Amino acid sequence: MNELLPPGGWIGRPLPRAATRRLVEGRGRYLDDHAAKGELHAAFLRSPFPHAAFRITDREAARALPGVRAVLIAEDLAPACRSWRTQSLAFPGLVSPEQGPLAREHTVYQGEPVALVLAASRAIAEDALELVGTDWDELPAATDPVAALKPDAPAVHQGLPSNLAWRTEFGDGDVEAAFARAALVVEDRLVFTRHTGVPLESRGVLANYDPAAEALEVRLSHQIPHQMQVHLAELLDLPMGRVRVIAGDIGGGFGIKMHVYPDEVAICAASRLLRRPVRWVSDRIEALMADIHAREHVMRARMAVDAEGRILAFDVDDIQGLGAYSIYPRSSTVEAISALRTVGAPYRFEAYRARLRSVLQNKVPTGQYRSVGHPIGCATTERLVDLAAAARREDPLEFRRRNLLREAELPWTNPAGGRMAELSHTATLAEFERLLDLPSLRAEIAAMRGEGRLVGLGFAAVVEYTASGPGAYGPAGIPVSAVDTVVVQLEPGGDVIARASVAEIGQGIQQGIVQVVADAVGVSPSRVTLHTGDTGNAPHGGGAWASRGAGIGGEAAWGAGRKLRAEILGAAASLLQTTPEALDLRDGQVVDKTGATRMTLSDLAATVFFRGHELPGGLQPQFTATHQFRREEDVFLTTNGLQASLVEVDPDTGLVTPLRHWVVGDCGRRLNPLLVDEQVRGGVVQGIGEALLEACRYDPENGQLLTGTLADYLLPMADNAPDITVGHVETPYSGSALGAKGAGEAGTCGAPAAVLCAVNDALAARGAAVTEMPITPAVILRALGTLP
Amino acid sequence: MKPARFDYARPETLDAALAALAEHGAEASVLAGGQSLIPMLNLRMARPGLLLDINRIPGLDGISLEAGLLMIGARTRHADVLISPLVRQAAPMLTEALHHVAHPAIRNRGTIGGSISLADPAAEMPACMVALGATLIAASARGERRIPAEGFFRGVYATALKPDELLLRIEIPAIAPGWTHGFTEVSRRHGDYAMAGLALALRREAGRVADARIALCGLEPAPRRQHAAEAVLVASGAEAACDALSAPDAMAGAEVTAAHRLHLARVLLRRALAN
Repeated sequence: MNELLPPGGWIGRPLPRAATRRLVEGRGRYLDDHAAKGELHAAFLRSPFPHAAFRITDREAARALPGVRAVLIAEDLAPACRSWRTQSLAFPGLVSPEQGPLAREHTVYQGEPVALVLAASRAIAEDALELVGTDWDELPAATDPVAALKPDAPAVHQGLPSNLAWRTEFGDGDVEAAFARAALVVEDRLVFTRHTGVPLESRGVLANYDPAAEALEVRLSHQIPHQMQVHLAELLDLPMGRVRVIAGDIGGGFGIKMHVYPDEVAICAASRLLRRPVRWVSDRIEALMADIHAREHVMRARMAVDAEGRILAFDVDDIQGLGAYSIYPRSSTVEAISALRTVGAPYRFEAYRARLRSVLQNKVPTGQYRSVGHPIGCATTERLVDLAAAARREDPLEFRRRNLLREAELPWTNPAGGRMAELSHTATLAEFERLLDLPSLRAEIAAMRGEGRLVGLGFAAVVEYTASGPGAYGPAGIPVSAVDTVVVQLEPGGDVIARASVAEIGQGIQQGIVQVVADAVGVSPSRVTLHTGDTGNAPHGGGAWASRGAGIGGEAAWGAGRKLRAEILGAAASLLQTTPEALDLRDGQVVDKTGATRMTLSDLAATVFFRGHELPGGLQPQFTATHQFRREEDVFLTTNGLQASLVEVDPDTGLVTPLRHWVVGDCGRRLNPLLVDEQVRGGVVQGIGEALLEACRYDPENGQLLTGTLADYLLPMADNAPDITVGHVETPYSGSALGAKGAGEAGTCGAPAAVLCAVNDALAARGAAVTEMPITPAVILRALGTLP
Repeated sequence: MKPARFDYARPETLDAALAALAEHGAEASVLAGGQSLIPMLNLRMARPGLLLDINRIPGLDGISLEAGLLMIGARTRHADVLISPLVRQAAPMLTEALHHVAHPAIRNRGTIGGSISLADPAAEMPACMVALGATLIAASARGERRIPAEGFFRGVYATALKPDELLLRIEIPAIAPGWTHGFTEVSRRHGDYAMAGLALALRREAGRVADARIALCGLEPAPRRQHAAEAVLVASGAEAACDALSAPDAMAGAEVTAAHRLHLARVLLRRALAN
């Protein structure tokens, strides 16, 4: 149930983030800005081959290099660190072999760490890497997920009977019957190429094991410090209380920094072994090679439509390239399940069948990356929808309008198992049409086409599953906190200090939480200071994943702030000889019903802290309040939206230029509309990168990564980003006080689909279509028949 | 991504630099703007014994136009060439091409001589030098040597420079009356190395092309004049000239095949001639 927010409050105001000035002045303190006295610098020897047997034949030459302190291999780390294996009750039978911090005897992906040099500087450590004697015996590699499924494919891990990591089939309704009675069946095969997140700040770790305290303090560039506290304690066999993980300023995450990586664990184990601080910061080559990749899928999908143009059913077959291991601890299969649960999500349909084969490959593991799986499901759906509209010779938006779930039909659990609740497709579509001004846009497009230009308009309807509750990982047996916690305390001067388990990774959630605390307590945001990211300081909770900051963290902040406010008003009422109900707390002032100030918050706090002898007997104000929030209903908070992309295709060069982009989204209550718009725009640009530019390419012959630098891995830049018009509909979630849902990933969810549909709308004039992402010039030229 | 060990010298005079090159030869790498060299050092693709920093030597930069000859010091920064009115007047092709060279931050440090000496096959400056008929003047302790651009570029990162030679300056005959210059390219993003680039100089008479100089970048390991296409252009016009562009040694990559590159070169020429 939504609570009544204070009138004229801070929630909902587009305040710039307070932290911006620090960061733009260059005063951010990222991982590499921290140093520990006596630290050693680490560099990893990584497998140059996708699959090989190896031996370390000589470490003496490397050890002899001045400045080198140690050259460690798997056997050295074993006493300091357990191995692990990704398992999940949600994916019974998942095949993902045992892993350790360094590979032993075999490497199964290029970039897999095999040895670790610790030295006085990174440069010396890299010099020493060249002196480590190695004997590599390259083995056949399986890299293409479809080929890896064939019986004669090389084994990704020696001894495994096949490369199939996991398979499943799910859905509801009579798919065969639906297709049998369909008036129209459309189908296609879509190929999605691996890409990765590329945060500005690469991963890194500064581990400091204190042998006297038998405690580990780890600075980590990570989205979820508390999760890492759990896993480092487990892997290094330490009590959780003696593992402190500190994530300071974080230069972006995008899901890249929410996993347990062997190299990061190796650094912690090395610090423990050597009883010294050890620092490692991934360079860009390591990042592109050994950070998780994402979204390698081959989707075969078909959709049944009745004579009235209503969607009856989807039938989808997904082959997912998983990588050499299923990522620890959450499992790479989550991405495919998310993709398959997103198919058809904005629409009404009666039957669904999804088949999934997750395939091991001699490539770096894939993992959760911004809008996990959703862009795959969304693009697949929207491609089929456009095919159906075209077959029916009808406007693609009209086809969508007919099939979008209406508000009155909710809540509804669809045949894919997705629970659709509190969505606003109809209202969003109305706002979308207002924003696009379709009649004049269509005229503009017609004029451009009249000039011979190949332009296209594409739409994407979006449903995103956000702010995962305990039902997401709890039943899977994965120790992931779906709870978020906020502690607020009143300082003697009337300031409020808050500590939250949500993580600030550059997305700006700190600002949103501060505004919530300000309203909940009754002070100005400038008097609220929020600390996050340090397990020694912030209470346990989820961190930053699944767009949870506002919907879950915000709720915890509200609860804690309201409790503190009640304590403050109770104390004030006692001192003022009135009742709490007769008082209010506004902008740091205790006021009465007329709005007249009766006491300032700083006076009250100073009285309680410094002049306690003046307090009435029996008054024990609790000026520290805490609130934990766990959602009990709805595994996810669904959000909805519509996107449109206008692109121009150069049929001679094959280049695609996004001209404009529109987004209307409903993320429930917006704590800070400026932050939401920033997230939407950034997400759209990341989605445009996915659609047009970004690809982790491997040589099909030898499995070598071909995109190891940012000259080869093409990120969207400012001039690749069109103007992005953003609109909103607000349907607050009814099951919480604030009604906020997730906002941070929706842009990425729909943009690739919108661009794909726009490109195909443009190519339709030439009778061509593309079904592969990214849509590179070569893809366009092949589709047009210009290139073979 | 830390460079392998190297020695470092920063001579104050040209003679000292040339003496160092004479002594160290191929073991030395010349550091000017460092926009390619420093990443290559960090990737350990370049492993010089000596890094010879020429940034303190007087007289290696500057632009002048005298007696129909445009002279550009090898250490002149891209940004300075780009804004030079003399360059715009005497070799507008260069001005156009430099808009495609990376981004302002890189152009502020990167030098024209560095780009020419490195000879990346996808870079713009080498193709321009060939199309413009530039002369490259190299110096060594043995003296100066004049090298025509057409004979300078030998392959991927390979030039006619001897290990003890330093590129001093570039001489370009100023654009003659009746000629026009153009440079266009196709890249995935603005500032990326070209998938294909076209350096073009034309003389028209009565609306017809009477003379042409064409060089491509991004196609073959080294830029060269497209003599056959130039002749066909004069004799038979644009369409035939596009067909006559050739790249028997065209490079093929994972993303871009040889046929793809040649197709793009033809698109560029067709568009340039249509304008």
